[in-house]
Amino acid sequence: MKKFLAILLAAVLCLSLAACGGNGGDETTAAGETTAAGETAAADTTAEGDTTAASEEKATADQLSKLKIGIILLHNETVGYDENFINSVKNAVKNLGLDEATQVIFKKDIPEDKKCYDACVELAEEGCNLIFADSFSHEEYVIEAAKEFTDVQFFHATGVNAKIVNLPNFHNAFAKIFEGRYLAGVVAGLKLNELIEAGTIKEDEAKIGYIGAKPYAEVISGYTSFFLGARSICPSATMEVTYTNEWANLAKEQEAAKKLIKDGCVIISEHADTDGSPMACEDAMTKENKTVYHIGYNIDFNDVAPTANLVSSKIDWTPYFEHIFNGVAMGAELENDYCGDFTTDSVLLTEYNDKNVTDEMKAKIDEVKADLESGKIKVFDTSTFTVKDESTIKTNEANFVLADNYKTDADGHLTSYMADAVADEKYTPDTDVIKDGEFAESSERSAPYFNVNIDGIDVIG
Amino acid sequence: MKKAKSSEPLVRISKRTDISPKLSVGVRVIAIAAAFIVCALVITAITNGRAMPWDVYSQMLKGAFGTVRRVKITLRDTCALLCLGLALAPAFKMRFWNIGAEGQALIGALASTVIIKLCPGLPWWLMLLVMLVASVVAGALWGVIPAAFKATIGANETLFTLMMNYVAYQLVNVVCIFWEKQKGSSDIGVFDRGTLPKLFGVDYGISIVVILLLTAIIYVYMKYSKQGYEISVVGESENTARYIGINVKKVIIRTMMISGGLCGLAGFLLVSGTHHTLNTGIVGGNGFTAIIVAWLAHLNPIFMLLTSFFVSFLDIGTAQIATSCQLNTYASDIVVGIALFFILGCEFFINYKVVFRNSKKAKEAA
Repeated sequence: MKKFLAILLAAVLCLSLAACGGNGGDETTAAGETTAAGETAAADTTAEGDTTAASEEKATADQLSKLKIGIILLHNETVGYDENFINSVKNAVKNLGLDEATQVIFKKDIPEDKKCYDACVELAEEGCNLIFADSFSHEEYVIEAAKEFTDVQFFHATGVNAKIVNLPNFHNAFAKIFEGRYLAGVVAGLKLNELIEAGTIKEDEAKIGYIGAKPYAEVISGYTSFFLGARSICPSATMEVTYTNEWANLAKEQEAAKKLIKDGCVIISEHADTDGSPMACEDAMTKENKTVYHIGYNIDFNDVAPTANLVSSKIDWTPYFEHIFNGVAMGAELENDYCGDFTTDSVLLTEYNDKNVTDEMKAKIDEVKADLESGKIKVFDTSTFTVKDESTIKTNEANFVLADNYKTDADGHLTSYMADAVADEKYTPDTDVIKDGEFAESSERSAPYFNVNIDGIDVIG
Repeated sequence: MKKAKSSEPLVRISKRTDISPKLSVGVRVIAIAAAFIVCALVITAITNGRAMPWDVYSQMLKGAFGTVRRVKITLRDTCALLCLGLALAPAFKMRFWNIGAEGQALIGALASTVIIKLCPGLPWWLMLLVMLVASVVAGALWGVIPAAFKATIGANETLFTLMMNYVAYQLVNVVCIFWEKQKGSSDIGVFDRGTLPKLFGVDYGISIVVILLLTAIIYVYMKYSKQGYEISVVGESENTARYIGINVKKVIIRTMMISGGLCGLAGFLLVSGTHHTLNTGIVGGNGFTAIIVAWLAHLNPIFMLLTSFFVSFLDIGTAQIATSCQLNTYASDIVVGIALFFILGCEFFINYKVVFRNSKKAKEAA
């Protein structure tokens, strides 16, 4: 919209000239020109250190030097989602000793239409042998290019089609971020307990707010795992979810956070791409003297919200980039669909805000993390949640998750859930993903498919 | 107080009527050259000298013409912009400020999409034909609604057409969510039907040919047809038009039908020839940029070939600079903004002259 506005202003300037053209005599024309200018260098990235698994075979320096990498981004470094990818690429490049200036091309602000295919082709023609795209709707254009340039390896984050098209040079990737969200939820639960003990809130006021971008499986899976993590620690926790219906819109995210704060939420988390919600929480805490903590996603918000922030869960793509850079350099066969987790260091919590997170809390978090890794705790353990309240079923129906997609027992626990794991236009439910008392998220494909709303979470639209 | 005897301001601006065609071309050439110099210096400054001015020019040329494919893409983008510029020309000639090309093109694209989704069984040529008709009708309708209100109750067309953009924008959102490919993603996916046959090896080949033909047609229509003459009379003075027996209401509605219909055609070509998908970004602000394209060309379709090419070249060239210098589109937007500022600014100096108080006195003294 900002661009529209700038163009419109220029057009108005143009029209004003033309409109005055008919009159003689003395005339003055004034016009205002605004250009949005934002420039942030992503130079000061924190190096994650050596994170590659020791067992993996390494490419030789000679092989690595032949690598040329193209990275296609939906936005640029001013948006958290893309900043995370840019930083991860830079870290991987540094760790492997590649030369960023000559071996990496970033194509920023590539929309989800034919321009994405154009970008793929341009990168291939510039000699890239590894091309990566970061946004969901880039996928079909990347596949189109992959069919044409068979000697270039294409990678796409968050996509669902690699298994279906089954090309040797097209790969999907994602990470079990729901495990990280669960852990972040544990932080929220601990904080809620602390607030209850201190008498700041009563037990039934332990309300969490969550800002989602769109009612999409990735978001639903995210807030549900976050909520289950919080409720495992603070049993009286409830959650209110609101959608902005856009992936990155600072103003809308800020507004949504304000609404949730007004509704009495004392912890806010989010799945959207900007700094809107941490800013709103920081304002509420410092200016309005309210209690509302914030848990972020992908970006460390300790600078943006030094008072309100607790921690963020994050997908670190560095290990994946190192893995594919190595693999392509060696000519190795790479996974059709890759799913990172705690053990690959792909999922993690960012630096805690030590003002708000005590050592005692940290010890508990480490304990839960170990249990998640060992499989002792399963995030979507079906005995921990129910789908039976009328409002829950209504929300699901509104989201086209109908009663014939799933079965529950008398208590409302899921016993069967048919997911659309093999993506198709009609969302045909094709695979039962309830296995051994668990909703097996990201086992059929890396991109999430948990899209059922559960009791205790109130989706207010 | 003696000095204030003259009430004339220090600087004033007066209309210029006597500029020679040669001088006006010269001023424009100087403006374009100055724009390129300043833009290159800006890039050099924000990259701390990593990209020198000559690198900037070579990158721009490489971005737009580096390979055969890039030349084709440059032509494709030029034509996409040109088509909307052509659509706006008759309306602007009539002094009807159609700010709604974006929405008229979007609604055309939407109509094509609806046909693709609702009639999957049609043979390819019939599907394309139905899509074409649906898009043109939808675009025309989007143009006629504000025109009818303008003609009957005098509603302000600038605001009306502008607001219609947002209605179209939200309708596209609704359709994308209705037919979304993955639940909740509001992504309609890429269509596997309703695609124009390839020409010159690309699926937008036909679009380019159609739009070039259209340029000639609109030129003839505006310059030599009776309807074209009516449009310019209504634009100059509605009272004159009424006096000589032109049905002003009819002309306004008919012209906006053409303007909107051509925008709808642009939407059809975007869906069937270029993107094969629908989202709110596929017109990409071209509906607004086309206003600049049309006015810079003084509403002359032949000049529009040049202006739309110039704006597309700037867009593609600056995007290439952003890639090669590790900048982002904010940097390219700044550069495009500066360039347009120069070009629009020079139009001011062609139409007006700045008169200083002293210089006039000097003239009188002489």
